[in-house]
Amino acid sequence: MNVDTRPAAADLSGLRADFPILSQKIRGLPLVFLDSAASAQKPRVVIEAMREAMETQYANVHRGLHWMSERTTDAYESVRDAVAALINAASREEIVFTRNSTEAINLVAHSFGRGILRPGQAVVISEMEHHSNIVPWQMLRDAHGIELRVCPVSDAGELDLAALGELLADRRVGLVSVTHMSNVLGTYVPARRVARLAHEHGARVLFDGSQAIVHRRIDVQAIEADFYAFTGHKLYGPTGIGVLWARRELLEAMPPFLGGGDMIGTVRFERSTWAAIPHKFEAGTPAILEAIGLGAAIRYVETVGYAAIAAHEAALTDHALAIVSAVPGLRILGAAQDRGGVVSFTMENAHAHDVATLLDRQGIAVRAGHHCAEPLMARFGVESTARASFALYTTRAEVDALAAGLHRVREFFA
Amino acid sequence: MFDDLRDLYQDVILDRARHPRHGGRLAAFDATAEADNPMCGDRVRVWIARDDAGRLGGVGYEGCGCAISLASADLMAEAVIGKDAAAAREAAARFESLARGGTLTSDDPAFGPLGVFAGVAEFPSRVKCATLPWGALVAALGGGA
Ligand SMILES: Cc1ncc(COP(=O)(O)O)c(C=O)c1O
Repeated sequence: MNVDTRPAAADLSGLRADFPILSQKIRGLPLVFLDSAASAQKPRVVIEAMREAMETQYANVHRGLHWMSERTTDAYESVRDAVAALINAASREEIVFTRNSTEAINLVAHSFGRGILRPGQAVVISEMEHHSNIVPWQMLRDAHGIELRVCPVSDAGELDLAALGELLADRRVGLVSVTHMSNVLGTYVPARRVARLAHEHGARVLFDGSQAIVHRRIDVQAIEADFYAFTGHKLYGPTGIGVLWARRELLEAMPPFLGGGDMIGTVRFERSTWAAIPHKFEAGTPAILEAIGLGAAIRYVETVGYAAIAAHEAALTDHALAIVSAVPGLRILGAAQDRGGVVSFTMENAHAHDVATLLDRQGIAVRAGHHCAEPLMARFGVESTARASFALYTTRAEVDALAAGLHRVREFFA
Repeated sequence: MFDDLRDLYQDVILDRARHPRHGGRLAAFDATAEADNPMCGDRVRVWIARDDAGRLGGVGYEGCGCAISLASADLMAEAVIGKDAAAAREAAARFESLARGGTLTSDDPAFGPLGVFAGVAEFPSRVKCATLPWGALVAALGGGA
């Protein structure tokens, strides 16, 4: 990697103070939190926004004709504007709130999959998908006669675009659904190239942006996506809120996912009509407080700025790759040219769990296991890995602590 | 720094994980079963062979897992060879109680070398690692026999 072409690493160390949880000690040691890819910690502004809503401005949305309900509806709906601006959606109506990425992908599998795709068509996923972008398509395959095709990834952990072209060649593929950034390998997929390839062959494209949106600015129009999914809790927001973005014409053509209140026009026992998008896809009382928290998280990220976040994390990742790979017996999975702040590894003579337990004793939190990506583990011939992942609040000292910790783990099992 | 970890990773455990005495599948066997931990992808398969008296004449296993689960499989095999099915099931129940920090203590002579696993009770996320092979054994023993 050519470090010279990158912006200088931004000093974000002052931001740690924005995250109350990070000042804690674990077993008397300062917390080294390297598991943000599983879920990120929350800045005080997110915590405060949710508390303030509950204390001063809370009622159900879209229902009351009273002041509280109107204010809460405004707060909730303004987050839709914030999300639309964040990802450069063409309009706010293209933003559907869901519970998380998993629900967003299931929504597409259900509504687009059963409503638009026809039996005999195919969906392409990749070898490096999270289970949440595998299982909904298997369910669609089994219920609706859709073929499921899997695009391989190279030894470096990059999507094999030549193979993708071949999978698309018979023009029976209706949707390509791939991760924008792997939660195991850190690989960024060249989204626009994938989208163009899909479109040239008459397929739509969905990107699972759960990891990607945390580290870089996403422009759904620039990457020519049709669907984009992400989850609030990895983007410094609360759990229980996620986003599906889709092009207006797709959302309008798709049948609803869940039925109930809020998503209807009129209800008669013979027949009901659906609300306009996006409400057609938001049945029931939504995650009001969580949406408000997500809005605060987006403001926070925008204030720090994606340029600074990306530069900071790129410097951390380069540093981590250099010093972690120097630990004898350590193997890093994936070596993609374009990668984000996730480093997965295995250690000779020590299982990932044992590594994680020994790191934990040193106050270092990493994840160990299959990372909800069992097929990818099989692809790389491992059962599990340990994974360190970085966020805007991660420091170089934490990465150094990881490497020092790994040297001690190695000695323990030597 | 790792002093308290010695309770979990006792020398016996590290030794058995590295140099198993009972690893491998049995060429001739009466039953086999697998147990897995979907949280982490660990998997252990156990093979059992009965002798003429109906006791466990041979126990073998294969698996991929952490030091705790592999050592547990190895010491389990050693502990149950020669026992009949009822006694093996009873040993499994006792082991589960030990690993979960139940009322039995590790110096209970009934445990023998298995007492080294008393330390896992302090590590809730690791209890399942120690009990995994026992789950496979109980499944292989089946309902009857
Ligand atoms: C790439 C990827 N996709 C999907 C998900 C699922 O996110 P959630 O559990 O919030 O739906 C995750 C996170 O675990 C992920 O890393």
